[in-house]
Amino acid sequence: MEEMRILLRNKDKINPTSAQDYIQTGGYEALRKALSMDGQEIIDTLKAAGLRGRGGAGFPTHMKMQFAKNAEDDVKYVVCNADEGEPGTNKDRVLLTTDPNSVFEGMAIAAKAIGAHKGFIYLRAEYPYVFPILKEAIENARAARCLGDDILGSGFSFDIEIHSGAGAYVCGEETALFESIEGHRGEPRYRPPFPGTKGLFGKPTLLNNVETLANFAPILRNGPDWFRKIGSEGSPGTKLFTICGNVNHRGVYEFPMGVNLKEIIYDVCGGIAEGKGLLAVQTGGSSGAIINATQIDLPLDIDHVSASGGRLGCGTILVIDDTNCIVDIVRNNLDFFRSESCGQCTPCREGGTHLYELICKICDGKGTLRDMDTIVDLANTMRITALCGLGHSTAVPVLTSLQNFREVYESHLDGDYCPVCGKDWGN
Amino acid sequence: MNQDAYNAYSHKTSSDQLVEVAKIAAPYKNRPEMLMSVVIQVQRKVRALSEDVAAVIAREMGIPQTNVYSFITFYAMLSVKPRGKYIIRMCESAPCHVRGAKEIVRALEKMLNIKMGETTEDGRFTLEYCPCLGICDISPAIMINHETYGNLTPGSVTQLIKRYIREDV
Repeated sequence: MEEMRILLRNKDKINPTSAQDYIQTGGYEALRKALSMDGQEIIDTLKAAGLRGRGGAGFPTHMKMQFAKNAEDDVKYVVCNADEGEPGTNKDRVLLTTDPNSVFEGMAIAAKAIGAHKGFIYLRAEYPYVFPILKEAIENARAARCLGDDILGSGFSFDIEIHSGAGAYVCGEETALFESIEGHRGEPRYRPPFPGTKGLFGKPTLLNNVETLANFAPILRNGPDWFRKIGSEGSPGTKLFTICGNVNHRGVYEFPMGVNLKEIIYDVCGGIAEGKGLLAVQTGGSSGAIINATQIDLPLDIDHVSASGGRLGCGTILVIDDTNCIVDIVRNNLDFFRSESCGQCTPCREGGTHLYELICKICDGKGTLRDMDTIVDLANTMRITALCGLGHSTAVPVLTSLQNFREVYESHLDGDYCPVCGKDWGN
Repeated sequence: MNQDAYNAYSHKTSSDQLVEVAKIAAPYKNRPEMLMSVVIQVQRKVRALSEDVAAVIAREMGIPQTNVYSFITFYAMLSVKPRGKYIIRMCESAPCHVRGAKEIVRALEKMLNIKMGETTEDGRFTLEYCPCLGICDISPAIMINHETYGNLTPGSVTQLIKRYIREDV
């Protein structure tokens, strides 16, 4: 199966920090076009294209943009969420290191659409080596007059500042990210007010994921009809998939939305590594659903995956081979969520820890049926009552694994020997 | 704050270094949004973002010292207690977990004779867990300061640490 490289079109083909290289492949043409359009026309184009956010939630991009455009304020901001924290996700790193100008171009187009003159890229601390690439690329884009004052002679000004995180998964949540840029603990805010009316520094803000922004230029250049022909009806366009875990060929691949999961695993990634069997797949990172080997004949687009009880999320596919144990994987997921909970709201702070302890008890062979009921109760409570997406997501791997691997949990309760959980426990 | 936490926060920084900290923070008086940039720069100069360092940052930037402490302790990569010259971060997330991260941890702990979360007595190495490093195509992976290493085996990670011990990096 061939990749369809739209977002990765320049990967390993141009010098990523050179604005000239990018321009020679048709770069910044879409921005030139956008600069001659009015804001509403740009938003209408993205609406016609049906672009949905690539960061995880799949929210219609044009709606977010419309909120920020409608807000009346002289100062507005465009923020690029490069806090790629979802475990197993590498796509934004690949885009930012191989074609950063495509992201800058998207940010400038967004700025023109909503009437912003300043943008921020919030880069996660685990990517310190990406920082100098972005810095150099921004300087070169300014020198080429694609950023800064009077962009491409249009009279429109827009510039980008890079802000670094310092290690906090919750900062991928938009309002926590604003708090972090403002110099505070990255604790999510109550909403409303929504970022479109009151976001960064209290100003109307449009925040998009790296990959979402990289879609703007191709859509403007080729038109919404072209974009609609790619992918599926509810999720037009391509998607970057990070395939990791126990497959032979791991990496970031670009396919039209709706590509079949089974084909990705076996045709593209060469099947399960070291000749082992497939146990499970987790789509959408640690906050995604865990499905079993019989469920992988699944089209990967936002609506299909949602309908099956999971989420496409940021397009992460973790393949898990049969030397692993599902309860142990869930324990690993929960360990992550309880460490990354910001501690602000009780359901997530306390619930996450309790879930982790209950799963540990089951791994340890000491769980009961009642514990399983408590787990379901607690997970549902978190899903409903937690303040932000972190607490809501904690429930997903727990509930889906219970649904799709119930017999595995039960064999732990019965004290049947589990070679994974039984081995090195507590190490 | 319990006694252990306080002891960790009370690491003493030399006056020369505190002068350097002041120089980094001073240009940002009344600009609290520069706190992240300041603490990241400061952490490159001092062994710990401890109480005396936080006091200087707070004074120079005109923000309460408790805010500085609260900020530092929120983020995993900022530390109020001294850490080693080389911070070895082991990815704890599922993509590394299913590729044998546990064996790498065991090899690291054995090689350096410390447990995860600890620093060697000579102050050269700290072992820490961290969430996904975003380099899952080469899991299991670690990051040593700003360098990433992947496709590790217990044997290869031992060789790698030897290079760091010999300062051959």
